[in-house]
Parts: sequence; C-alpha cells; structure tokens
Amino acid sequence: MSDLSLRSAFAVLLKRDLVLAYRRRAEIANPLLFFILITALFPLGLGSNKPMLQAVGPGVIWVAALLAALLSLDGMFRSDFEDGSLEQLMLSSHPVSLLVVAKISAHWLVTGLPLVVVAPLLGVLLSLPGDAIAVLVLTLLLGTPILSLIGAVGVALTVGLRRGGIILSLLVLPLYVPVLIFASDAVSTAAAGIPITAQLYIIGAMLVLALSLAPLATAASLRVSLS
Amino acid sequence: MAEFFHMGGYAFYVWMSYGIAALVLVANLLAPRWQRRRLLDELARKARRSRRQQERAARNS
Amino acid sequence: MFMRWFHELGSPPYFYRFAGRLIPWLGGLCLVLLVTGLYLGLIVAPSDYQQGESYRIIYIHVPSAWMSLFIYVVMAACGAIALIWRMKLAEVVAISSAPVGASFTFLALVTGSLWGKPMWGTWWVWDARLTSELLLLFLYLGVIALYSAIEDKRQAARAASILAIVGVVNIPLIHYSVEWWNTLHQGPTVTKFDAPSIDVRMLVPLLIMALAFKLFYIVNMLMRARCELLSRERNSRWVAELAEADHG
Repeated sequence: MSDLSLRSAFAVLLKRDLVLAYRRRAEIANPLLFFILITALFPLGLGSNKPMLQAVGPGVIWVAALLAALLSLDGMFRSDFEDGSLEQLMLSSHPVSLLVVAKISAHWLVTGLPLVVVAPLLGVLLSLPGDAIAVLVLTLLLGTPILSLIGAVGVALTVGLRRGGIILSLLVLPLYVPVLIFASDAVSTAAAGIPITAQLYIIGAMLVLALSLAPLATAASLRVSLS
Repeated sequence: MAEFFHMGGYAFYVWMSYGIAALVLVANLLAPRWQRRRLLDELARKARRSRRQQERAARNS
Repeated sequence: MFMRWFHELGSPPYFYRFAGRLIPWLGGLCLVLLVTGLYLGLIVAPSDYQQGESYRIIYIHVPSAWMSLFIYVVMAACGAIALIWRMKLAEVVAISSAPVGASFTFLALVTGSLWGKPMWGTWWVWDARLTSELLLLFLYLGVIALYSAIEDKRQAARAASILAIVGVVNIPLIHYSVEWWNTLHQGPTVTKFDAPSIDVRMLVPLLIMALAFKLFYIVNMLMRARCELLSRERNSRWVAELAEADHG
C-alpha cells in the first residue's frame, strides 16, 4: 500500500466502494425507496389539499431525505469493520482523514445522489412550483453531502456497537438541524418567488465547514472505535 | 404568609418550578451516593468471598 | 510546586481523597448561597411591574440555562484535554459533567415552559432559545448514551469526548440557525427581561443563585467523578482497601 500515491490510493478506495455498492444494489436501493415512500405517505395522511401540500412540501421532502440518509449511514463502515479491512485502512501510510473522504464520497454517490435525482418527481407529487423544484434539487445537491459527512462521524463512533443504530440517530439528528432549517426554508422561500441566495450561501458555507472538519473527526473516531 | 405562597395568583407556576428544581437537584445528589454504596458493597462481598476461598485452600493443603 | 500538585491530582487515589475533602466545604458554601439567594429572590426582591410575581421563576430558569451551556463547554474542553494528553482525570471530569449538564438543561426547559404558560399563554413556543435548548438536551443525551453503550470505559470516554467536541462546533450553528428560522417565521416575541433596567434587588439574588448553581455543579461533578474512579479502578489495591475499611 505504501508504494501507492495518495491520489491513486484515494481512487482505488473510491472505486472499490462503488463496485461493492454495485454488487449490493438491491440493498442500496432501500433508502431511496424509503425516501419516495415516506414522501408519498404525507398526502395520504394530510389530504390532497393543494395549497397545504405546497406549504408543507419542502419540509416533508427534506425530513424524508434526513431519514433516508440516516437509514443508509449504517452501511458506510459496517462491512469493512466486520471483515477487518477498516483496520487495514488505519494502518495505511496515508492520512486516514483523507482516505475517509474517499469512503464518504462513495457513500454520497451511492445514496445521496439518487435522492437528488428523484427529488423533482417528489416535488411534482407535492405540487411544488417549478422554481421551487429547481431550488429543491440545488439544496439537496449542497445538503446531502453534509448529511453524509456529519453522518460519517456518528457511524465511526458507533461502528463497534452491536446496537449502534438507535444511538446513531440520537447522535446525528440534532446535528442535522441547521441543514434542515436552511434547506427547507430556501425551498419555501423560492416557492414564494423571493430570492434565496443567502440561504444557498449559508448551506454552501456549512458544506465547506463539514468537508474540512468532519473527515478529521471521523478519522479520530475510527481510531477510538478500533482501539 | 398566605400571600407569599399565593405568589400573586401564579402560585402553581412558581412553586411547580421550584419544586421540580428541588427534585432534580436532590436526585442528582442521591444518584452518585447510591452508586458508590452499591459499588462498595459489591467490592466488599467480592473481597470476603476470595478471602474465604483462600482460607479453605489453606485448610485443605 | 504547583506542577507537582497538579501531577499528584492526576493520580486516582489522590484525587479521590482530595475531592472527598473538598466536597463538604463546597457543598456547605453552596447551601449557604442557595438559602441566601432564595431568601433575597423570593422574599426581599420586589415583584415585577409587568409580570407580577411570576417572574420569580427567573431565579431557577436563567441560572439553569447559563449552566447548561457552561457545563457543555467545560465537558468539551475536558474531552479535548482527554483526547490530546490522554489524561484519565479529564475523561472522568468530562463524563461526570454530562448528567449534571443534562439536568440543568432539562430544568431550563421545564421552568421556561412553566414561565411561558402564564406569560405567553402556551406551554411551548418554537422560540429560538427554547428550541436550541431542546437540541442541547439531545446533544447531552447523545453523549450519555454513547458513553454507556461502549463497554470499555476508557474507549467510551474518548468516543464521548469526540462527540462533545463535534457538538461544541455545532452549538453556535444550531443557535443562529434556529434564531434566523424563528425571526423569519414571526414567532411570538415577548421580551422577557430588559437587562439594563433590571432592579438591583432582583439582580443580586440572580447572581447569587447562578453562583450557587455553579457550586452545585462542581460538588455534584466531584461526587460523580469519585464514583466513576471507584468503578474504573475497582481491581486496584487502593479501592480494595477502601472497601474493606468501609465495611470494617
């Protein structure tokens, strides 16, 4: 592993995770189905009143996205932890915090990006106007990587636990709140025809913050969990 | 005195706040005390058991 | 001299005895302050011209809210010390702080709700401060849950420390996002208290109560830290001797 440059180590790791995900594609599709299903349940529960659906739509879609992300998190390090490849990773000569970024990127490509792709469909189901749907896609594009990054810290802390799932939601959901607030607000504001650059900048800033700090925290957490 | 407990009609809210605060603080004081007691009892029991085993081993040899 | 004392403090039996000697003094001081604060706050202080007697909840509510944030920061700072210098004592202090902090957060929420009912007419508003306090409670519960879920207590303390530090980065973010969200949604904005115009007879008991709560935290944290040390060092000689002496 030591003769591999950092760049190719990163690429190898990313490719490996993508291939593994492709082999388990049925399992990977579950969070996406969950996302669609949850969103489709709301009109059934709330009634098909159009203005009301428009009003709650952004919040509903974003909450469903949070839950779907939460559902997908457990798989990020679990199998690598069980077969020992996570320990191999920790022994590598490259900084673990950067290698972790490869794993988080793979996770986002496999679970976050599909949410972004199907979001317009859900926007139509909740009768959001066209502008709002565009903003919804934009906020998901900026926001779901944050969910994967923050989630990675939580998974790294709980990976050694047998019943990590319940604790994971307690750890991660409060940290997701700022993203939820700004993203769903951006979509509602856009639906009202008001410019939303401020919200997008703030979500962007949060993404930069998460991208620079979360990998360090994830690497430290993995070191603790594997000790 | 009655006026003091009446709290200008807000008795329920004021005394409820102070009551819950007292309850929470007392519970916080009791929790470590109980935990310490349990732990010391457990350790003493373990020590007694190991001493008895040693004595029995000494007698048998 | 000081450094030697500091090093000694890091040894569990020494800390155990030192904390044991400190607790009665600090506890006594805390009790005196508590009684004085309650006397000045409930009997001497005049009633508020706007809120009548209901404002007296402030003597519990505001110190609790201050402590809820203060303890979280202390916990995260001790967590950082524990992670960087691997100091056992810092781990123990960080972990022993969590339940006290959660208790004060809970108190701030409950008393806020009890104050909100007569003043705002509802038990709960999605007010910026209330909401961020609620999320703070969840952060505390997360730290406690993570610590108790991991068997190996040293590892558990380090994991909980990381979580506490991640939380500290998030607290300002959560606070400002909630505040911003709330102002956009036109929440009921009742100014609770005009800080500069507060009467001295109201301010003094408030500060005394805040000090009493701080001492309570220190005392309670030391009590919990002593327990934690006993439990962690249960197989060591000094704990065995202690248990034996205890049972005569």
